[in-house]
Amino acid sequence: MKLISAVVKPFRLDDVRNALAEAGVQGMTVTEVKGFGRQRGHTELYRGAEYVVDFLPKVKIEVAISDDLVERAIEAIVDAAKTGKVGDGKIFVTSLDEVYRIRTGETGDQAI
Amino acid sequence: MRIPSKMLRAGLGAALLWPAAAFSQTADTGDTAWVLTSTALVLFMTLPGLALFYAGLVRVRNVLSVLMQCFSIACVMSVIWIVCGYSLAFSDPMINGLLGGLSKSMLAGVGFDSVSGTIPETVFVMFQMTFAIITPALIVGAFAERMRFSAMLLFTSIWLLVVYVPTAHWIWGGGWLAEMGFRDFAGGAVVHVTAGVAALVAAIVIGNRQGFPMTPMLPHNLTMTVTGACMLWVGWFGFNAGSAVAADGAAGMAMLVTHTSAAVASLTWMVAEWIRYGKPSVLGIVTGMVAGLATITPASGFVGPLGALVIGFAGGLGCFLATQFMKRKLGIDDSLDVFPVHGVGGMIGLLLTAVFSSVASGGVGFDDGTTMASLLGVQVVGIVAVFVWCAVASFVILKLVNLVVPLRVSEDDETEGLDLVLHEERGYTL
Repeated sequence: MKLISAVVKPFRLDDVRNALAEAGVQGMTVTEVKGFGRQRGHTELYRGAEYVVDFLPKVKIEVAISDDLVERAIEAIVDAAKTGKVGDGKIFVTSLDEVYRIRTGETGDQAI
Repeated sequence: MRIPSKMLRAGLGAALLWPAAAFSQTADTGDTAWVLTSTALVLFMTLPGLALFYAGLVRVRNVLSVLMQCFSIACVMSVIWIVCGYSLAFSDPMINGLLGGLSKSMLAGVGFDSVSGTIPETVFVMFQMTFAIITPALIVGAFAERMRFSAMLLFTSIWLLVVYVPTAHWIWGGGWLAEMGFRDFAGGAVVHVTAGVAALVAAIVIGNRQGFPMTPMLPHNLTMTVTGACMLWVGWFGFNAGSAVAADGAAGMAMLVTHTSAAVASLTWMVAEWIRYGKPSVLGIVTGMVAGLATITPASGFVGPLGALVIGFAGGLGCFLATQFMKRKLGIDDSLDVFPVHGVGGMIGLLLTAVFSSVASGGVGFDDGTTMASLLGVQVVGIVAVFVWCAVASFVILKLVNLVVPLRVSEDDETEGLDLVLHEERGYTL
């Protein structure tokens, strides 16, 4: 099992969600986050006072999936989130030790 | 404020101008209806207009504190106005030329049948009260996000009696500046210069917000600010056209020039920003609007549309440059730019009132024995007097209040935000 954390542009969220659903992903957790990478921040100007905004808003999607789905899921995220411009985001894949479904007590792939 | 319209045409001398009740015993229904309406419009400027305008400009954790300050100021100033504020500003002088008396404290003698000029005195009391409310409320922008609520109440209450009331008497209550022929139709000096100067002094005495100017302190809700700004524009018709204290040609012209100046100043600020920084901003265009309205305030009722075009342009550009200068060069954290917009705008307007009162530019003309140059001299004297008195008095009041209650909240509380620390509430639970 793997845990995929994808940080993407907020306005791509709906497309990513649909693409993942098509790829067979059954659930996900979405968080509004802020951060910076190569895109860095930007400046905002209020009555002439210039502020550098370091952290840009992004959306983090977390998906727990079985190993056989990983490639398809990543492909789906990349296709849906890509605009080709700096700041499209990143995908982190980590291995997942165990999953429990609280209601039934199921574990492993059954619980995903 | 009634001076310009009826008096000039009636050709009466300045000495006869106040109290107007002396030559009119019954109220005119048209005049009364318009001033009643204007009174509601001017209160609407503070609640919710100015309150929203300011609240949108602060950070999320201080939004309620700003709304609370504007609201509570409206309540406190109303009570003070009834107790003795109105009397000290507008009743027969206790100190000739400088301060009214106490004969109308608790509004003694102001009843159903009392008449002031061509309107019931109750209406005049209320109309003036809304000015006494908005002036201290304007100062809130200077010390937003860091002043202690109790200290703010003490400061604005004392300030109303020591700065606003005497200034109103000098200029509108038949005081020494009125005697000199000083022209301030709707409060360029009484409202905007006093509020602006007090804001400057308060920002200096109370000090910058933590992290200013390096930390971003972004407006948390500009839609709220734009909403409030639009209410200010509409309310300002009552402020300026209502200051004719009559439903007549002066009121009509005041409304026309008020609107014109607001439009021109908005565009001026927008274009100035566009040229200087590359983009026209929403906050820029609405700030220009406020600047244009503050600048035309003393001149409305004296100038014509041509004057309004120039005054709007001068107000927009002058206040834009003043704002840049305050923030970037001086580094004074007048947080919501009260001085560069209201103080500077008021002063520009007062000076240009002398220029565009001329008949040649479509204005009402000058009093007998007065020229543009002599009126300009009077306007300068008035500006300097109001500026100095307001600056000194505001400084002393702040220092005195600080002996009783610290003006600022602690550093931790400032970080936490005034909403939670002072009011145990938060503006949004989303």
